[in-house]
Amino acid sequence: MTTPANQSLDHQGIPWLFAASLATTLPHALHQPPWLSAFTGLVLFYAIWLWWNNERLPGRWLLVLLVGIACGGVLLEFRTLLGRDAGVGMLVLFMALKLLELRSRRDAMVLVTLGYFLLLTHYFYSQSIPTGLWLISAMTVVTAALIRVHGGPASAPLATLRYAGLLTLQALPFMLLLYVLFPRISGPLWGLPQDAHSARSGLTNQMSPGSFSNLALSSEIAFRVRFDGEIPPRDRLYWRGPVMDQFDGRTWRVHGGKGQAPQIEALSPPLTYESTIEPNQQRWLLALDSPTPTLKNFTVNDTLTVTNREAIVQRSRFPLISVTDYRYNVIEDPATLNRNLALPPKLNPKARALAESWRSKSENPNVTVNRALALFSAQDFTYTLQPPMLGENGIDEFLFQSKRGFCEHYAAAFVVLMRAAGIPARVVGGYQGGERNPIDGYLVIRQSDAHAWAEVWLPGQGWVRIDPTASVSPSRVEGGIAAAMPSGEPLPALLTMRSDFLRTIRYRWEAINNTWNQQVLGYNPERQRELLSRLGLIEVTWQNMTALLATLSGTLLLAVAAWTLYHQPRIDPAQRLWHIALRRMAQRQVNCAPWETPLALQRRIEAERPELANAFAAVVSAYLTARYSAIPGDLQPLRDAIARLP
Amino acid sequence: MSVVASLKQRLFRWQSDGSGTFRLNQRRIFILPTRAGIVYAITLAAMFTGAINYNLALGHALVFLLTGLGLVGMLHTFRNLFALRITPGRSIPVFAGETAYFPITLRNDRKIPRLGLLLQADGNQEISSMVPAEESSQIAIPVRATQRGWLILPRVRLSTVYPLGLLYAWSYLQPEMHCLIYPKPVFTPLPPEQSTQATGERQGDGGQEDFAGFRNHQPADSLRHVAWKASAKDGGQRPLLVKQFAGGAELELALDWRLTPEAAGSETRLALLTGWVLAADAAGACYGLRLPGHEILPQRGTPHRLRCLEALALYQP
Repeated sequence: MTTPANQSLDHQGIPWLFAASLATTLPHALHQPPWLSAFTGLVLFYAIWLWWNNERLPGRWLLVLLVGIACGGVLLEFRTLLGRDAGVGMLVLFMALKLLELRSRRDAMVLVTLGYFLLLTHYFYSQSIPTGLWLISAMTVVTAALIRVHGGPASAPLATLRYAGLLTLQALPFMLLLYVLFPRISGPLWGLPQDAHSARSGLTNQMSPGSFSNLALSSEIAFRVRFDGEIPPRDRLYWRGPVMDQFDGRTWRVHGGKGQAPQIEALSPPLTYESTIEPNQQRWLLALDSPTPTLKNFTVNDTLTVTNREAIVQRSRFPLISVTDYRYNVIEDPATLNRNLALPPKLNPKARALAESWRSKSENPNVTVNRALALFSAQDFTYTLQPPMLGENGIDEFLFQSKRGFCEHYAAAFVVLMRAAGIPARVVGGYQGGERNPIDGYLVIRQSDAHAWAEVWLPGQGWVRIDPTASVSPSRVEGGIAAAMPSGEPLPALLTMRSDFLRTIRYRWEAINNTWNQQVLGYNPERQRELLSRLGLIEVTWQNMTALLATLSGTLLLAVAAWTLYHQPRIDPAQRLWHIALRRMAQRQVNCAPWETPLALQRRIEAERPELANAFAAVVSAYLTARYSAIPGDLQPLRDAIARLP
Repeated sequence: MSVVASLKQRLFRWQSDGSGTFRLNQRRIFILPTRAGIVYAITLAAMFTGAINYNLALGHALVFLLTGLGLVGMLHTFRNLFALRITPGRSIPVFAGETAYFPITLRNDRKIPRLGLLLQADGNQEISSMVPAEESSQIAIPVRATQRGWLILPRVRLSTVYPLGLLYAWSYLQPEMHCLIYPKPVFTPLPPEQSTQATGERQGDGGQEDFAGFRNHQPADSLRHVAWKASAKDGGQRPLLVKQFAGGAELELALDWRLTPEAAGSETRLALLTGWVLAADAAGACYGLRLPGHEILPQRGTPHRLRCLEALALYQP
């Protein structure tokens, strides 16, 4: 006796399983090590070659050998067999190797189940709209393979694919319902492996020449901001990140220690906004300068950097409050001020000499600050993404020889000059500007908006933001990097886009993506609660939600069942006309008994109601001809005969 | 055990479906997940845990979509059997030890084909079938015939896992069908021919019958009838030939119960008689069958053979 699972697979059905395996593994080639993709591809080709030539599948020892090679390779590459990337790699390899073992239906089921599981693993790497769409079609292909396996050779290719599409289509409403109503739990349930979240480029907590100009090459979105009111003017849009005050002659670093709590005196009304930050593996939130120190849920440290409790490893939303005009730490801790005057000894002698000459000329720090800014604006300094390499005395070389640099060069040189002139100063990293998407009103800040500026402490005024780049290239602050850079600089094409048409398309696409991120991907327990209470669910408890979900799913199931099972029986048109004739006879008190054939009825009428007999005989004759003649009959004589019934 | 049996009886409503057309309705179609379906559910649970743990919004969506697919698959598996019309046919008698085939007609009124149908009579081989859209399929359900007599079609399970293989839908069919099973023949030489029929008008005188030609020798033919000379022609390349006679005096074979060894059991004696009937029919002889309390007068031809075989099949010692 053969059970369904042991049935062997028919030869013509195997390509469906190849397609299923290809559809589920192919997108992984984008981020897998190349050898793994190559190995998978070779195994796939080998399987197809065997199938094409109708060869016998390889024996057990070869499979064991291949599995051994695969596991060894994964172990060498990832140093583990578990973890996220290694696990995905193993699944991809098993998927390919299973193709060499396709004998029975059970093997096909294993392959298909593995395929469904593999679909999930793609979401580790991307949850964008294209990925979602691709995976729905991949799922349809896998389902089609499943249908083909069970339908056997009678399952025609196109019909199989259509059937799989129909099943997916019918499953979609269940997905929507469950997505909205299934009680959500926020993860993680247990510790995630080290490689759970992939690293991405972005702002770091140190600055050396080149770190910002690298970021300028990326048009990736760093974060999006939705203001509750108007968006402030562009020259106020300084998004404050890490503050770097430790300088070793080349690199600026964040000072780790704790200082006194920041004192902010607001000079303008507070602005509330919500920031959606893309994962950057850092803890700081890019708040508009300056955040109010009383934010809930986050810490605002002594340098006004807002920090989250843990690193941002996935896209997250943060409600924030800022003031754009403020006075910050008018009374500052002397230790902090001293730290912000320190310079590495012996380095950059020319810059120090210049600064000291300024200091001797004027006691007023404001004058010194203006002198430095005038230096940048008056002399032939160039704002460029391709500055020359600098040596040990980088600041001197930049100020007196190359005079070409990006924001980090200007900020660093300015802070060195200020410190040498006896004014406490430090570098602030973050982003500047942003682009308003006219479609959804969100302000979009990209990696290319990364910026570094300076902050000086002036007696009576506290810490004051000075952006030396603005002196060199005012358009950087007013129009963004694309406006500031001369043509020929290697900026991403996306930023230099001039065509209005393309720009509109880009805005639209980014707005759609943002909606997707906010509404679909960002649908979390809180959003669910909010939505359900807005829909009028009185008490959002999981019991209520389960009851609602069960009711709606049941209704939906009934609806789909009705759709699936409904079948309009086809009534023969001649028979329908015959029933009309019988109804006409019933009006004349002649009723056809259930067991009476047309001819029997005709004979009875001849005996009982001779006056109707002739007209009825014509109907019977026309009906029998229309219904039972070898060539499907013409219905018109029957219609005419019925019309002639008295 | 009887509790289980009565429960099964009540649940599955085992009762005869009669000999007419019947339709599968929702009351007699049952559905349960297959082993693959259980594995699928476990996989979904694992995927769901993964989606929560890694906070994958689309992972949730995928799991929910696959859940929907499972639910929809259940409906479609059910539909594959639902409203199928079944008409029992007539089976052809076979000998014991062979396989009896019970033909039934499956009628599909829907506009979509019903693939992957499996039919199995209790304890017998499973056969697969399909019915194209708005068409009928003839299917012969095999049942091993072990005993002579009437073989009643046991309960038949019509099942399907199509389209997804995650769920198993089945229905029990019990159409009133039986197949006549002849005794398994045992071939031994025919008993000597006797002119038992005293009525013979043209009692042969020497020539006895008119020679009518040759035919190939069959295992049951007596060696006395072999035409040795004719067979030896062409250097013995020919098969053994047997002389055939036509007309002439009715030399009749009386296949009598009493000619079979009494020591053998009644079933063996019936088997020997069956062998004789087949041999005599193959030889074109005129033969009669005599069983205790039942006699069939000598005759020739297929209807006669079938009548004799039926008598042997249904004989009650």
